Amino acid sequence: MNAQILHESRLNPDLAVVDEICAAGEPWVKKINKGQTFRIVDLEGNQAVDTLFFNAHQVTERYSATDTIHRQNRLYLTTGSRLYSNLGKVMLTIVADTCGRHDTLGGACSAESNTVRYALEKYPMHSCRDNFLHAMAHDPLCQQLGMSKRDLPSNINFFMNVPVTEVGGLQFIDGISAPGKYVEMQADMDVLVLISNCPQLNNPCNAYNPTPIRLLIWD
Amino acid sequence: MNQSNKMIWEQSIPGGCHWSGIVRRGLTLRMTDVSGGANAAVLFFNQEEKLERYNMADTLKSQHTFRLTRGHACYSDMGRIFCCITADTAGWNDTVCGLSDDRSISRQYGMGRYQERRNDMFRNGLDGMLIELGKWGLGVRDIVANINFFSKVTADAAGELVFHAGNSKADDHVDLSFMMDTLVVLSAAPHPLDPAKNYQPGTVNLALMATPPDMVIDCANIAENKRGLRNTCCFYAGNGEVA
Repeated sequence: MNAQILHESRLNPDLAVVDEICAAGEPWVKKINKGQTFRIVDLEGNQAVDTLFFNAHQVTERYSATDTIHRQNRLYLTTGSRLYSNLGKVMLTIVADTCGRHDTLGGACSAESNTVRYALEKYPMHSCRDNFLHAMAHDPLCQQLGMSKRDLPSNINFFMNVPVTEVGGLQFIDGISAPGKYVEMQADMDVLVLISNCPQLNNPCNAYNPTPIRLLIWD
Repeated sequence: MNQSNKMIWEQSIPGGCHWSGIVRRGLTLRMTDVSGGANAAVLFFNQEEKLERYNMADTLKSQHTFRLTRGHACYSDMGRIFCCITADTAGWNDTVCGLSDDRSISRQYGMGRYQERRNDMFRNGLDGMLIELGKWGLGVRDIVANINFFSKVTADAAGELVFHAGNSKADDHVDLSFMMDTLVVLSAAPHPLDPAKNYQPGTVNLALMATPPDMVIDCANIAENKRGLRNTCCFYAGNGEVA
């Protein structure tokens, strides 16, 4: 958390080519072309945004948490962080960030992991993996790429705070985000973005109250 | 584990080389770092349904840990436990740094082709995994964040990583006691953050034994793991077992 430097963007939302709201607990899919800038806004604060990126032309190339971590020697994401693919290529670069830290370790919630983490009775609750699978079953962009559960690696959690201690502990704690905080990234290749606006109600990652997010793209 | 416990098979994986095979539930795979400083990059898949695979995030979240050691379980993405770590003499296994690849190895160590070096060629983690996965009809889509056994990487408050050379000494070992019939895929290529100047990854010895009774008691100390073990029993229900 020390020495976090926040970088604001100069882009004007009125000039965005995409400006959409994703409701709490829903998936969102879009193509982002090389050179375009993509912003995620945490409208009401402390909302985890589970996010995956794929090469828009070849689904076997996708965001890789381990490449992003070991190639930059760092766990957390902020301005200047590059998001690497499993083939070692830069997919996007974070160019503005008013939150200061984003998670690479926490992955997505699922019905099955909820039974382990909380209670067996939590199985029916809505989850991020259900969102990913729903999008893959319905979204034309996902269908064109022939995506399936096989294509779900470990995702980014924008606005989520999962600190790791030097002795190897890991916690989920209250977010460091707040209403209106945003993160912005520029695409280094044509990518498909797949989001689950996290519906988790069992831990503080969404402040126990999942809320909508705003998504913008500029040419 | 008791030394008198009968060994079913043993296999030596020279540094850089790779291996895959099925380990049945009820058996324990002992991995031994023969000369110190080895790295064993490992992924797990359900032998019956290979879409079910090791999940780094679920493993870390369920046990509130960044490192893996004795008493921890290795989770699948389906809320089940592939194996419990029932011994770990080095004390830390990396969960987040992934695999070395062709470019990172040649950048660090130079060219190491078969033509000049024969079987001392410079192998890398990613290609080792891809070769082993290919034997089972799997491929690049099946590579997710793996465990790097024997390697220690810590993070400071800002998330900056430090690789601890020498974490694992000669004869250090990790025991994995399997709760599921599991496809184990392993590469003994260097850890991606290992700064060693020369390409000399350590040999990993594999030995398979029956799991003695009560070996997973440490794992079950974690409430989440009790539920994970229950989910795992449900998967095999019908074989005369009660969840």
